[in-house]
Amino acid sequence: SSLAVVAYADPVDDSLEIDGTPIITRAKAPEGHPFDEVLSGWLFREAETRATEADSFANPGMLSVERGEEIWNTVEGAAGKSCASCHNDASETMKDVGAHFPKWDAAANKPKNLELQINHCRTEQMGAEPYKFDAEGQVALTTYIKHQSLGTPVSIDLKEGEMQSWWDKGKELYYTRTGQLDFSCASCHEQSMGKYIRADHLSQGQNNGFPTYRFNTGGMVSLHNRFRGCIRDTRAEMPAAFSDELMALEVYVTWRGTGLSVETPAVRQ
Amino acid sequence: MHRFFVCAVMAGVLGSQVAIASDIAPTDVKFEDTSIGQSLTGVPGNPEEGAKVLANRGLGNCLACHAVTPLESEQFHGNVGPSLDGVADRWSAEELRAIVVNAKHIFTEQTVMPAFYSLDYGINPRKDLEGKTILTAQQVEDVVAYLGTLKEPE
Ligand code: HEC
Ligand code: HEC
Ligand code: HEC
Repeated sequence: SSLAVVAYADPVDDSLEIDGTPIITRAKAPEGHPFDEVLSGWLFREAETRATEADSFANPGMLSVERGEEIWNTVEGAAGKSCASCHNDASETMKDVGAHFPKWDAAANKPKNLELQINHCRTEQMGAEPYKFDAEGQVALTTYIKHQSLGTPVSIDLKEGEMQSWWDKGKELYYTRTGQLDFSCASCHEQSMGKYIRADHLSQGQNNGFPTYRFNTGGMVSLHNRFRGCIRDTRAEMPAAFSDELMALEVYVTWRGTGLSVETPAVRQ
Repeated sequence: MHRFFVCAVMAGVLGSQVAIASDIAPTDVKFEDTSIGQSLTGVPGNPEEGAKVLANRGLGNCLACHAVTPLESEQFHGNVGPSLDGVADRWSAEELRAIVVNAKHIFTEQTVMPAFYSLDYGINPRKDLEGKTILTAQQVEDVVAYLGTLKEPE
């Protein structure tokens, strides 16, 4: 029949290179992982979206990288410093750094992601205000720092501090059904991975490309914004960005993508 | 995503119809093994209304997960669940009612199909939806009536 049903579609058999850097989009899963292989969301997108990510001149997310670089070099706050005052050239000092967040924050006794690290440097080192969630500068700086790890495989250290117990909590949340529609993360990204939900080809829900550029909204999307969107779509109340729940999920979801290259800024639909 | 759920906000509005006193309350629905014999409303379902509920993203949004050939004018049928073509040959009306009311009773606890007339759902439901079912009793009856028309050609 002429029914516009999209058949079950495997992730594509294609390879990705960005500016000469090979990107690992399939990696052997770490031990204890529900899948044998971890797959980048890039493999599940349409050809045009994949091509846009592969060409950094075409990738609109690169504007956010440029904006991040500007902010990196801009003096702000009572101490009269910029990020560069202490960290100099990000292509050296921040190389591969973003691939290993979240990290344990001993002083706060909880994990910190890049956004929280940036806020920490702003308040403690620069005498500046912390960024509010999803402030333009927060997203741009995070994108800029993550981009210094382009191609580097994601790995986090679960032996630091109490990272393991946050991983446990994150795992529990990943399998907890929420909202009136009663979906867990696993309902879509594990049980239904590779299938179509309406027009959306469900990926493993990996976070190696964040912040990502999205065509739908025509802008950058941070990880906690995406988490909140997915939870909203179960018709549940959304936890606050950087809340314990979402930090635990970030630790666990990042681990689920161990071995995939950082793709920031990835392009998604 | 969000084509799936574009109407999430609207659904809140649509989903807030007040239950009709003569309807069987979601907590009083009786399953007999894999079926529900009694109509939830006593009013026969209207298959045309049922088709609308199947397609509407703020209501059943069944097409998010199921293909239905007679509804091919609707864009984007998903394949998380099986095609519903011929479903009336595979299940009785009573079984179809049970599937729509709470698929976990018929398949397994693990099914990803939402329970459309149940309060037994996930944690932290949106505040304005607490205590509300996804579909009204009559919408379930309408959907069941429509599913009853999905027979394989002889
Ligand atoms: C006055 C000095 C100073 C300034 C200004 C400063 N930082 Fe830092 N930054 C540090 C120090 C010291 C550390 C390590 C200890 C810590 O985490 O506070 C650090 C750590 C970091 C790290 C973690 C590095 C790693 O390997 O884990 C990142 C990322 C970072 N800073 C980003 C920034 C950004 C972005 C800005 C500007 C918004 C900034 N910093 C401004 C001093 C500074
Ligand atoms: C009802 C279905 C559904 C549920 C439940 C769901 N997601 Fe998603 N998610 C999607 C869709 C659709 C997309 C966009 C297509 C894709 O990448 O899979 C997406 C994308 C993502 C992405 C971005 C992937 C990329 O490569 O850019 C992440 C990360 C993610 N989800 C995490 C989660 C987490 C964590 C949860 C649970 C808190 C969750 N999702 C629950 C449907 C869902
Ligand atoms: C999020 C996904 C999802 C949605 C939405 C959904 N279903 Fe399902 N449905 C499934 C899955 C998956 C199955 C197969 C049973 C299983 O594997 O748990 C199923 C099975 C069925 C069956 C049995 C099919 C057969 O051939 O045996 C019927 C009938 C059905 N669904 C009707 C509906 C109706 C009507 C709606 C909307 C009111 C709906 N479904 C919404 C996922 C869904």
